Amino acid sequence: MRSVEIAVVGAGPAGLSAALSAAGQGASVAIVERDEHLGGQLIKQTHKFFGSSRQEAGTRGMVIAGRLSEAVRGNAGIDVRLGSTVLGYYSDRVLYLEEPDRLSKLKAERTIFATGAAERMLTFGNNDRPGVYGAGAVQTLMNVHGVRPGRRVLMVGAGNIGLIVSYQLMQAGEEVAAIVEAAPRIGGYLVHAAKVRRAGVPIRTGYTVKEAVGEESVEGAVIWRLDEKWRPVPGTEERIDCDVICLATGLSPLTELMWQAGCRMAFVPELGGHVPWHDDDLRTSVEDIYVAGDASGVEEASAAMVGGRIAGLAAARSLGHSEGVEERLAEARRELAALRAGPTGEKIRRGLERLQQGGEGR
Amino acid sequence: MRIVEHPILDFKRGRLVRFTFEGRELEGFEGEPIAAALHAAGVRVLRRSAKLHRPRGFFCAIGNCSSCLMVVDGVPNVRVCVEKLRPGIRVERQEGHGELK
Repeated sequence: MRSVEIAVVGAGPAGLSAALSAAGQGASVAIVERDEHLGGQLIKQTHKFFGSSRQEAGTRGMVIAGRLSEAVRGNAGIDVRLGSTVLGYYSDRVLYLEEPDRLSKLKAERTIFATGAAERMLTFGNNDRPGVYGAGAVQTLMNVHGVRPGRRVLMVGAGNIGLIVSYQLMQAGEEVAAIVEAAPRIGGYLVHAAKVRRAGVPIRTGYTVKEAVGEESVEGAVIWRLDEKWRPVPGTEERIDCDVICLATGLSPLTELMWQAGCRMAFVPELGGHVPWHDDDLRTSVEDIYVAGDASGVEEASAAMVGGRIAGLAAARSLGHSEGVEERLAEARRELAALRAGPTGEKIRRGLERLQQGGEGR
Repeated sequence: MRIVEHPILDFKRGRLVRFTFEGRELEGFEGEPIAAALHAAGVRVLRRSAKLHRPRGFFCAIGNCSSCLMVVDGVPNVRVCVEKLRPGIRVERQEGHGELK
């Protein structure tokens, strides 16, 4: 059986950052990724990032993905395993892998789960019709593969993802019929909202989808208004002409492996649902297991990269690779606190507090 | 519905290859996901659900949700949003759970 000091599961922004920081401390690292490429969902992010220059603000996500991937590939201390899915975690610190041509085991003294998040479904009539797509899926299709999802899109959700993807749809030559947002306010940054509004896209707050129209695939959508208690108001239905309904209604952490490994889980709505309890080092209740990125609580890529660095450094330190680690950890913690400062970080701060209290319903 | 001109992106595509969908010959770029090639050809219904036979299509694009399972070269339950297009493959809509032969 192969063995390594630190296994990182998932090669998105958090996983790549974790692998680099752990290897930088001198730990031997393997990074396991089910997809065929490094970079995770960053590869489809054509927009420029916010934040400070330390987190590559002003740089497009796909460029950041390229830089991180190159650094990982060029690091002799990191074993990259693409097309490999982790099927399970055994309590004697063994990961079970489905590789392209075989099943195998990997012994790892520490494991960092950076498994990301999945898009959330929304409940409405005919929500399984072809043409109802996740916003991330639409980004993948158009920004990575160069295929338009349809011709006219109804975007559901006016958070940052809904706003940014609407703009990207227009860049790809697609028409955006409207953006509906169930909340009474636009959730995303106003700079993004202004950009789509200038292009003539109406943002309808207090509206949601009632049903998708079309027998074989989406041919339209019926939207309706929600009252102040989020109840739909009959009689306010409107038909929108569209062949794609794009859902930007949030993400749920992908935590199956941590449930299976026996990590203590907590339900924290502010973090996207069930997440593993973790401390400031991103260590879970199972002492050999760390978590990073959206799997530890849905946030954004800048925070995922810093979180990954913290998990990688802390895991390396726990194995005795401690040279200069305290300063690096302190610096990363300062960066993370700065990212979460101010009104946009309020939700995540509340979520992390709730996590320490054990989550909802406890 | 291929994007030909884009203000930011320049798509690196593989060579154009042929494959069949439900017996019909289609073209796509080698190495792109099968679902992307089908979408570009206007095919959005990828399978039918097991109980109610409802049409299902692409949803997550990252191999996570199982909405896009199809039969490829006789093998059922292939996630075509991540399975790469190869020349000459036979792609069919999956009915229900699929059958291993």
